[in-house]
Amino acid sequence: MTEVKSPEVPAPPAAVPDELAPGRARWHGLRPYLPLVALVVAVILPYSTVQLPGVFEGALNSPGNLQLLAICLVFGGLAAGYDLLFGRAGMLSFGHALYFAAGVYGTAILVTKAGLPLWQAGLLTVIGSTILAGLLGAVALRTTGIAFAMVTLAFAQVGAILVARNFGGLTGGEEGLTLDVSGLPSALVGVANTVNLYWLALAYLALVVFVVHRVSMSPTGRVLAGLRDDERRIGVLGLDPYRFKLVAFTLSGGLAAAGGVVYSLLVGASPHITSSELTLSLLVMVVLGGPGTRWGPVLGGILYMYLDHRLTAFGTSDAVNSLPAFLSHPLSQPLFVLGTVFILAVYFFPGGLASLRTRLHPVLTALRRR
Amino acid sequence: MSTVILLTLTGLGLAALYFLVASGLSLVFGLADVLNFAHGLFLGVGAYATWWAAGNLPGAGPEGFGFLVAVAFGVLAGALVAVLVELVLIRPLYSRTIEQVLVTVGLSLAGVALLQATWGADPRTFPRPGWTREVTSVLGANVPNAGLLLIVAAAVVLGALLAFLRFTRYGLIIRAGVENREMVTALGIDVRKAFTLVFALGGAAAALAGALGGVYFGTVSPGQGGSLLIFAFIVVVIGGMGSVVGSAYAAVAVGLLQQFVNYYGTSGLGDICVVGLLAVVLLLRPQGLAGKVAHA
Repeated sequence: MTEVKSPEVPAPPAAVPDELAPGRARWHGLRPYLPLVALVVAVILPYSTVQLPGVFEGALNSPGNLQLLAICLVFGGLAAGYDLLFGRAGMLSFGHALYFAAGVYGTAILVTKAGLPLWQAGLLTVIGSTILAGLLGAVALRTTGIAFAMVTLAFAQVGAILVARNFGGLTGGEEGLTLDVSGLPSALVGVANTVNLYWLALAYLALVVFVVHRVSMSPTGRVLAGLRDDERRIGVLGLDPYRFKLVAFTLSGGLAAAGGVVYSLLVGASPHITSSELTLSLLVMVVLGGPGTRWGPVLGGILYMYLDHRLTAFGTSDAVNSLPAFLSHPLSQPLFVLGTVFILAVYFFPGGLASLRTRLHPVLTALRRR
Repeated sequence: MSTVILLTLTGLGLAALYFLVASGLSLVFGLADVLNFAHGLFLGVGAYATWWAAGNLPGAGPEGFGFLVAVAFGVLAGALVAVLVELVLIRPLYSRTIEQVLVTVGLSLAGVALLQATWGADPRTFPRPGWTREVTSVLGANVPNAGLLLIVAAAVVLGALLAFLRFTRYGLIIRAGVENREMVTALGIDVRKAFTLVFALGGAAAALAGALGGVYFGTVSPGQGGSLLIFAFIVVVIGGMGSVVGSAYAAVAVGLLQQFVNYYGTSGLGDICVVGLLAVVLLLRPQGLAGKVAHA
C-alpha cells in the first residue's frame, strides 16, 4: 500500500476544503451550476427518443417510461423531504407514509367526491395535511428516540386502518380510488399527456430540494443539525428543542403531502401507500443515498423506485429463471434484493451513495499518480 | 352475558398472541436497546417451520403428539434464526442504536420477501389438530379451543419467563442488565451472552406465537408477522420497555379493548381506540405502565 506511506496524500480526504486542493479551481467554479445543468437536462429529457436497451424498454420518451421516471422523481422528492427529519434533525419517524397518503387520498376525495377543481383540492389537501402533521407531531414529540418512532408508527397505522375500513365510503377500501378525470385540466389527463405529469413531478422534486436546502442553510437548519448531534446541548444554549423539532416535522409532513398530490394525479390512490412499508422504504432510500446530504436522498429515492420497478422485470427474465430454484426464487422478489443491498449498505457504506466520492478519492488519487 | 364471556375469552386469546410477541421484544429492547423490526420474521419462521414439519418431518404430524413435535420444531427454528440474527447482524453494531434498527428493518423486508419467494404470497392452510377446531362451552358461551390453547400457552410462557428471571443466575444478569447495563459490564460479567440468550428466548416466544397463531387463524401467510408486530410494539410501549409483567398487563388491556370495541362499535374502531390508549398513556406516563425495570 504505497499511497498510505506517501506524505502528500491528504488524510482524511474529506477534511480538505475543495478550494485548497490544487488544480481543481475550474471544476470548483463550475460546481454550483451542476444542479442547474441537471435540471435543464431533466426538463428537455422528454424530447429525446434515445433507446437505452436494458435500462428502459422502448424510447425514452414513451409514456410508460415517462410515468416510471415521474414516479421516481416524486419519490426522490419524498426521500429528500423525509431526510429533513431523519438525516438533518435525527428524528426517526416511522409514520411518514401517513402524510403522503393524506396528500394522495385528500386530493382524490376532494376531486372525485366533492367535485372541487384540482388547484383548490390540492391546496386544501396540502394545508390540511400540514395542520395534521403539526397536531400529531405535537403529541408524538413529547417522546424521543425509539418511543417517538413507535408512536409515529402507531399514528400511521390508524391512517392505514381508516383507509382500509372505508368509513363513509370515502376511500374505496381495498380497491382504492381512481381520480375522476372530468374535473381535471385536460392537459393532465390521458396517456399522451404523461409528459406534463413528468414535468409536474420534476417541479415537485425541484421545490423540495430548494426548500430543504434553504431550511438547512438557515439558522433553524443549524439548530436542527445541533439537535441531531446533541439535543441536550441545544437545550443548554437556551433554545427549545421541542419547537424546532415540531417545525421540521410539520414542514416535512407538508412536503410529503404535496408529493401525494402529484402522485394521486400520476397513479391514483391505493391502500398500499398507507402501509408502514412505504415509510420503511423511504428510510431505505435515504440511507442508501446518504442521510443529511443534499443529493443523496434524491438519488436514493430515484434509484430505489427505479430498481423496485425494474427488478420485477429482471426477476422474471430468462437469465434469472435459468438459475437453480434456490437462487431464482429470492431474486424474483425485488424486496429481497433491495433489503439485502440495504443491510450491506448499512455495514459497508454508512454514508450511502453520497459518500462514494470521498471514499473513492484515495483510490483515484493513487491511480492518477501512477 | 354469554356474549360478554365469549368476547372476554377471545380478547384474552388475542392478548395472549400479543404477549407472546411483545415479551421478547420488550426484553430485547430493555436489555440491548434494539428495536427489533425483524421480530415479525421470527414469528413467520416459526409458523412456516411448524407448517413444514407437520407435513414433512418424520414423527411430526397435524394430530396429537405429532403436532407437539411440529410446534417444538417451529419454536426451535425461530430461536435458532433469532440467535443467528443476533450473532451475525446485531452484535457487530452494539451501541449504535439507529444502525441496529436499520439492519432489522432491512432484515424484515428481505426476510418476508424470502418467505414469500419460497412458499408463495398466498395463505397456506395450517395443519391443526381436530380438537382445536371445536368449541368448549364456558358459562354458556361457545369459545373456540384454539383461543383457549393460546391463553394457556401464554400463561405458561409468562410463568416460565418470570421463574427464569427470578430464580436463575442468567435471569439475575438479565434483570440487572435491563436496569443498568454499564454496571453489569463493569462488574466483569459478559452481558453479550445475555443478549444472545434474550434473543433466543424472544425468538422462541415469537415462533410459538406464529405456530399457535396459525392454529388460531387456520392459515399462514408471509405478511402475518408484520401486522401483529405493530400491535406488539404498542403493547411494549404501553407496558413499559423491558418489563415482562408490564407487557402482560398491556397485552390484556389492548386485546380486550380491541375485541369489545370492535364488537360493540364499528369494525376497525377498536384498533383506533388502542392507538388512542397509547397516546393517553404516553401523555400521562411516558415511561409506560411499568417503567424500564425488569420486574420478575
